[in-house]
Amino acid sequence: MADKLLMIALSPTMEKGTIHTWHVKEGETFSTGDILCDIETDKTTMEYESPEDATLLKILVEEGGQASVGDPIAIFGKKGEDISALLDEIKKEESSKADTKREEKEKESALEKKTDLDIEVKRPESQKAIQPDETTRIKASPLARKIAEERGINLSQLKGSGPQNRIVKRDVENYKPQEKSATTHAPYSEDSDQRIPLSEKRRIIAKRLSESKYSAPHFYLRVQVDMTRLMETRKRYHETHPDAKTSLNAWLIKLSSEALKKHPEVNSGWDTDALIRFGNVHIGLAVAQEDGLITPVVKSVEYKKIAQVDHELQELIEKAKNNKLSPEEYTGATFTISNLGAWGIEEFTAIINPPGSAILALGAIEKKPVVINDEIIIRPMMSMTLSCDHRVIDGATGADFMKTLKAYIEDPALALT
Amino acid sequence: MALITYREALRQALKEEMHRDKNVILLGEEVAQYNGAYKVSKGLLDEFGEERVIDTPITEEGFTGVAIGAAIAGMRPVVEWMTFNFSIQAMDQVFNNAAKMLYMSGGQVNIPIVFRGPNGPAEYLASQHSQALASVYAHFPGLKVVSPATPYDAKGLLKSAIRDDNPVVFMEAELMYAWEGDVPEEEYLIEIGKADLKKEGDDVSIITFGKPLKIVTEAAEILEKRGIHADILDLRSLRPLDEEAILKTVKKTNRAVIVDESWPVASMASYIGWFISHKAFDFLDAPVELVTSEDVPMPYNHTLELAAQPSVDKIVQAVQKVMYIGEA
Amino acid sequence: MTSDNTKKQETQNPPDLKHMLGQMLLIRRFEERAAQAYGLRKIGGFLHLYIGQEAVAVGSIAHLDLKRDYVYTAYRDHGHAIACGMDVKKLMAELYGKESGCSRGKGGSMHFFDREKHFMGGNGIVGAHIPLAAGTAMKIKFNKENGVVLCFFGDGAIHQGAFHETLNLAKIWNLPVVFICENNQYGMGTDFRRVSSVDDFSIMGQSYGIPGKQVNGMDVLEVYREVGEAVYRAKEERTPILLEIKTYRYKGHSMSDPAKYRTKEELEEYKNQDPILILKDHLLKEKKLTEDEFQKMDKKIKEQVRAAADFAEESPEPALESLYEDVLV
Repeated sequence: MADKLLMIALSPTMEKGTIHTWHVKEGETFSTGDILCDIETDKTTMEYESPEDATLLKILVEEGGQASVGDPIAIFGKKGEDISALLDEIKKEESSKADTKREEKEKESALEKKTDLDIEVKRPESQKAIQPDETTRIKASPLARKIAEERGINLSQLKGSGPQNRIVKRDVENYKPQEKSATTHAPYSEDSDQRIPLSEKRRIIAKRLSESKYSAPHFYLRVQVDMTRLMETRKRYHETHPDAKTSLNAWLIKLSSEALKKHPEVNSGWDTDALIRFGNVHIGLAVAQEDGLITPVVKSVEYKKIAQVDHELQELIEKAKNNKLSPEEYTGATFTISNLGAWGIEEFTAIINPPGSAILALGAIEKKPVVINDEIIIRPMMSMTLSCDHRVIDGATGADFMKTLKAYIEDPALALT
Repeated sequence: MALITYREALRQALKEEMHRDKNVILLGEEVAQYNGAYKVSKGLLDEFGEERVIDTPITEEGFTGVAIGAAIAGMRPVVEWMTFNFSIQAMDQVFNNAAKMLYMSGGQVNIPIVFRGPNGPAEYLASQHSQALASVYAHFPGLKVVSPATPYDAKGLLKSAIRDDNPVVFMEAELMYAWEGDVPEEEYLIEIGKADLKKEGDDVSIITFGKPLKIVTEAAEILEKRGIHADILDLRSLRPLDEEAILKTVKKTNRAVIVDESWPVASMASYIGWFISHKAFDFLDAPVELVTSEDVPMPYNHTLELAAQPSVDKIVQAVQKVMYIGEA
Repeated sequence: MTSDNTKKQETQNPPDLKHMLGQMLLIRRFEERAAQAYGLRKIGGFLHLYIGQEAVAVGSIAHLDLKRDYVYTAYRDHGHAIACGMDVKKLMAELYGKESGCSRGKGGSMHFFDREKHFMGGNGIVGAHIPLAAGTAMKIKFNKENGVVLCFFGDGAIHQGAFHETLNLAKIWNLPVVFICENNQYGMGTDFRRVSSVDDFSIMGQSYGIPGKQVNGMDVLEVYREVGEAVYRAKEERTPILLEIKTYRYKGHSMSDPAKYRTKEELEEYKNQDPILILKDHLLKEKKLTEDEFQKMDKKIKEQVRAAADFAEESPEPALESLYEDVLV
């Protein structure tokens, strides 16, 4: 049976070989171990020894020609044997090999083009990505990071006591939220301290508010507002609607929504690379609970009448007190009101409740002497403090809003204008 | 219990195992007529005869290889190297034959042999005779490596090593031979690959093996007085390594100091340091500290040679460092 | 050595010359096939061929009873493995790196092993197995067995410390081991005369009090006779023996060696005293073999080798899980 004589690897790294000399001519016989030809490898010239006893029927690769390892270089067999079938087979193999090679090449060049494009598109981003922000990088031990994450503590609020100010376990464990830091002046005794495990809600509040406080640059605008007319209006409403018993908060929410309609730039949010101008006015009201506070949200206040606002608000507050609020009922406020008037707080500042960019802090209504038309008159006055995210709201914008709101409260009829 | 020396514990183990199995033989330089360079084999020639307690010429590669060949054929030789420093001449036999033949033969040829002798620096012996080579031997898959630090561990582990069907490198220390400790009268074995928590504490894990256990214990006593309570984990075996025990102590204390009398580069200590940071990353409150020999050949001068090695003071310092004490 | 011993040995163990011819031919055909497979990249790494040296392994190992005797050799180990009766299928599969190989594909060409047949390996470090052979002889002595260890190594190994240390140990402990230096004249590419203080390696045992002799390794009958005598003495007199068996490898040191360091004439000279031809001619002359019988034998062996290659080809690759197996017992 005739068979192909294949190019073999004559060095470990040889991919192709060049026939240097054929020592056997077509038609000559040879036996096992005879040198058939010399082959130049990538390193040196090696002898190709015969694996068989046979006759060389045809040389496929002449002297000087090249063949890859595994390719046929000659055909051997018995003298006079018909080798046409074998030759056809070799031809076929060659052409199919050429096809696959062409395909591979095409694929490769397509791939090259594609990756070129990819690289161009990606480059700016990847360059950005490798810039480490040394100013914001927080050095903390892996354990400290893990504990802080579990307890919802923002590491940026901590000062590290380890080398190079590394935050370590003891720093996280000794951390107390800032509100309480005033008490550290009191005589310090670890024994009287009580460690209260964090409720999930407390953890989330801490996380959200500290995120807000430390990511949104706050500024504050404060005005005194005369409550006389609003209180009268509310009173008249109750007289004409005997069943109704609306809360002052409902009125303030409704008037705020009217003022926000006029100043949509205050009814906005921050989203890293864009400002969001909210399409609706959803107003949250901070409500104190035993284990924290929550801000139920009255949705789309601009479409609702005072009775509906009040009704929804009462329901939400009831739910809040019973811990029954569903997440969509206490998230998504585009504006928030916090009222500590009932606690007799005169005035305060609040931390913005995202995604909104402003929160209105209301103090207690107190009778105060005010000067009207050069006369000193006693009026029920309330302090309003607006906290604004400076990334979204500029000072003048906030001030315009406060001016409008003050006007609406002091003369609710203006809200119709 | 009886209070005996480390040397005596080794001798008891050899004796008991030689009585138990006639295929156990001891060979090495000066082991027979001279009764051992460090007297570990004292009396064994008289008891077992020259066919089983065999003096060799000073040819570490030769007699180590011959012993491996005997183990291949079913004997259970214990090779005594006068010191591990001389084992460097036999390393080709240990690494290329003992450690690999089982693998190369596709599981056919196992080698039940023990290579033992004193490892690590003693005193005033200068560079060539003061080397701690645990890391070198532990580098090779196919070997078991043990390094006991007490008479109790030495006896129990040597008996296990002799009964093991794999090549076991058994590291003693010249200075340890005279150390005393309680050893039970009755027979016992210690499993190779199991660490031992020698002392418990919650503040820091000190991980060590072999001779440095003594200074680690002294350092822990000083730390105790300063209110720092250390876990002392004695690895006892380096291959297989008791990874579970390492993780357990580190996860408890969140800090680790590794004490290894080898050099620091590519050492057992640096491997364990990597292992901890890899497997217990989130439990670490400080980078792992190593206390090793200084990265120099051993000097002859005594002050210098002490300065080159781990010490009580260096261990205390390292512990305070991982505790963030005395540092901002 | 006395002719008395020779006689004893030959009467005890009359040689089966046809069997030896078949074994030599099997080694040669196996390696020719392996070289082809190497060229087609079925086999990788080192492949040290034994072609030309067949008479040494076959003539020596013919004396052994591999229930009690042992064989150690270096990395040019195919011939010894076949002479020990290992299955060429498993050997070829080992070259192909297959799970069905004699060492589960973990050893390759240099690390054939068969514990059952007391073939204790193929060792890749020059001279590193010499102490092992003495150690195994130590076990024979310790257990008072009637065995012997044959330790084959090349002319390159004879200058290694391990060799000299072992000769001394084997002598002081009276170990029954025959050290066989197969001098194929080149330590890789270096003519042995360029790196040796003596031309005659057989005298290297003298400084250790070990008897030695030079043997013509191209003549399997001479190898058989001399190794027989050495084995007899090693067992009876409990002494190590050193033989230098002069031989010649036709191929380069390994597959990538073009062997340009020697002349064509030299190679031709040795090919003219080919060990297979010598034995064949001897048998033809003695009328113990016909040309036709020989051709049939060769054809059968070629088929056997082809079947081995097919077996290797078709055998599965080792499972990835086997990576971590066989590290420790």
